Amino acid sequence: MSMRIFIPRDAGAVAVGADDVALAFEQTAAKRGVAIEIVRTGSRGLYWLEPMVELATPQGRIAFGPVTTAEVPALLDAMAGNGQHALRLGVTDEIPWLKRQTRLTFARCGVIDPRSVDDYRAHGGYRGLERALTLTSDQILADVTTSGLRGRGGAGFPTGIKWKTVAQTSADRKYIVCNADEGDSGTFADRMIMEGDPLVVIEGMTIAGITVGATKGYIYIRSEYPHAVEAMNAAIVAARRAGLLGKRIGGSVHEFDLEVRVGAGAYVCGEETSLLESLEGRRGIVRAKPPLPAHKGLFGRPTVINNVLSFAAIPFILDNGAKAYSDFGMGRSRGTMPIQLAGNIKYGGLFETAFGITLGELIDDIGGGTFTGRPVRAVQVGGPLGAYFPRALFDTPFDYEAFAARDGLIGHAGVVVFDDSVDMAKQARFAMEFCAVESCGKCTPCRIGSTRGVETINKIINGERVAQNLAVVEDLCNTMKFGSLCALGGFTPYPVMSALKHFREDFGPAPARLQAAE
Amino acid sequence: MTSGYEPWDEARGAEIIAEHSGLEGATLVILHALQEAFGYVPEPAIPMVAQALSLSRAEVHGVFTFYHDFRKQPAGRHVLKLCRAEACQAAGGDALAARAEAKLGISLGNTTADDRVTLEPIYCLGLCATAPSAMLDGRVVGRLDETRIDALVAEAQR
Repeated sequence: MSMRIFIPRDAGAVAVGADDVALAFEQTAAKRGVAIEIVRTGSRGLYWLEPMVELATPQGRIAFGPVTTAEVPALLDAMAGNGQHALRLGVTDEIPWLKRQTRLTFARCGVIDPRSVDDYRAHGGYRGLERALTLTSDQILADVTTSGLRGRGGAGFPTGIKWKTVAQTSADRKYIVCNADEGDSGTFADRMIMEGDPLVVIEGMTIAGITVGATKGYIYIRSEYPHAVEAMNAAIVAARRAGLLGKRIGGSVHEFDLEVRVGAGAYVCGEETSLLESLEGRRGIVRAKPPLPAHKGLFGRPTVINNVLSFAAIPFILDNGAKAYSDFGMGRSRGTMPIQLAGNIKYGGLFETAFGITLGELIDDIGGGTFTGRPVRAVQVGGPLGAYFPRALFDTPFDYEAFAARDGLIGHAGVVVFDDSVDMAKQARFAMEFCAVESCGKCTPCRIGSTRGVETINKIINGERVAQNLAVVEDLCNTMKFGSLCALGGFTPYPVMSALKHFREDFGPAPARLQAAE
Repeated sequence: MTSGYEPWDEARGAEIIAEHSGLEGATLVILHALQEAFGYVPEPAIPMVAQALSLSRAEVHGVFTFYHDFRKQPAGRHVLKLCRAEACQAAGGDALAARAEAKLGISLGNTTADDRVTLEPIYCLGLCATAPSAMLDGRVVGRLDETRIDALVAEAQR
């Protein structure tokens, strides 16, 4: 009997050698005349163990990692024999880091062949759509609303309300748009799910389509994600072939089809109205709201625009019921959040868990502190527009409102860890620089404010009239926060102000702390 | 690799444009396709795109210049993109970027005089748990350290 070996095709795993490892398995097995079947999966999200290779056994899958090509011959021996090897991690599902998670959205990621509809179905896929096809639009809307699902892109707007608005707006055409322009540093959950379980995104979008009466959907993926583009396109072809996209979906009266569009390197296109402009073939200039995209979105038609993870959460909700989802979480943050631990961290990766876990648990307990072994000094939560948190705020629970109460945001749930070598004035300047480069230029606070911000922080770093210039930065931040059209200019003050508030000692000529460390 | 691209040819350009001009909001799709074929978006193509989509030249030029991806001229034979976003900064990316710049004798955003290597910053490859990361001609590389960045630079220079 041939051995079934699972090796990720996920870009994060490929970046550390997964393709080479797969090739080595193939060649070594061929040379020895050993029959193996290699299944290229997504990643389980335990990136410090990548490339992580799994073997199907009667006891479940056994994991080995991190694997290098040099170890492949010995690993193949172990797999054919008693399974003992220094890289053996045991039964994958029993690895504590994985076992502690609540994987609702990511249940199949890293497990199945992402391009196989059969494999997807065998692991519970398309049950949500099947049930949705037996319900009325209002019934589906009720499920989505009572699940408590809020937009996973960062804004946290209730998904059910958004869908209902589109459902109730009449038009000759409506659209479903998936925002896969995951530009925030420290986030990679969209990429992972698109590469590891793209059909769950397709299923979620299809359910959205039949709910609001849209027949066409677009997935706007950033160009920095070529692997995700390829995986998504392959899955769309597979779904069409299985009759799950196109006319008469699953034998029903409904029609829905999808197309992938690729971005072109503009961060601001992650903002929904800018994304719509870009999809229409224009410069990614932010639109003023109202009108809301739900009323006048893509090509002026009512449009549901949601993040990848919002759509990916839908099949579970339809399959298992709204309550099964809303039973997880705290306060008004219901369900689970796929949290991404990144940067200078020992155990980085994707950790899906119910809302409510504290920042400290995530960083120290699950993340194991820094990769460099130095003390954690700051963590940025929510991407380039998220606040920097000091250790003193590590008791903050992962919850939209709790983060807002501490002048931060959870955004797309990326957590970037910095050790004590970080210079927070430099990080604050970077936030302004990034905003200046990526600003679409439509509104003055963002376009001009960010450039003035860089100049002023430079003066502070050079020791010029520090107190007065700090006041200028604060004033600029207020103008940007309250005067910008979208979150780019509006939220850039979060990293800047949090750095100022919690790490004031870094602002001034040559921080004494860093000089002492030299 | 630039050597893999076709030289600009008007008929070929027209063919590429015609292939996609029926799509809704086709501008970006066409610009991507042109760049994929020629390695950059040749200037004579801009009015052709405008005409095919019933847009003004200014509109197409505006789209072309808004997005970081589109090139006015061909890149070097190899393109090395270094992630310069926060997660990679936290993992030592600043020093590695400076090292690559010193080795190549150019700063980020430039091409070596012999046209071999274009060195560019990129803001997040989504490889933030295996940071710092880079992309060489479409191939992703994570967990960069001094040895690995040196090897990547050497590979790009070949």
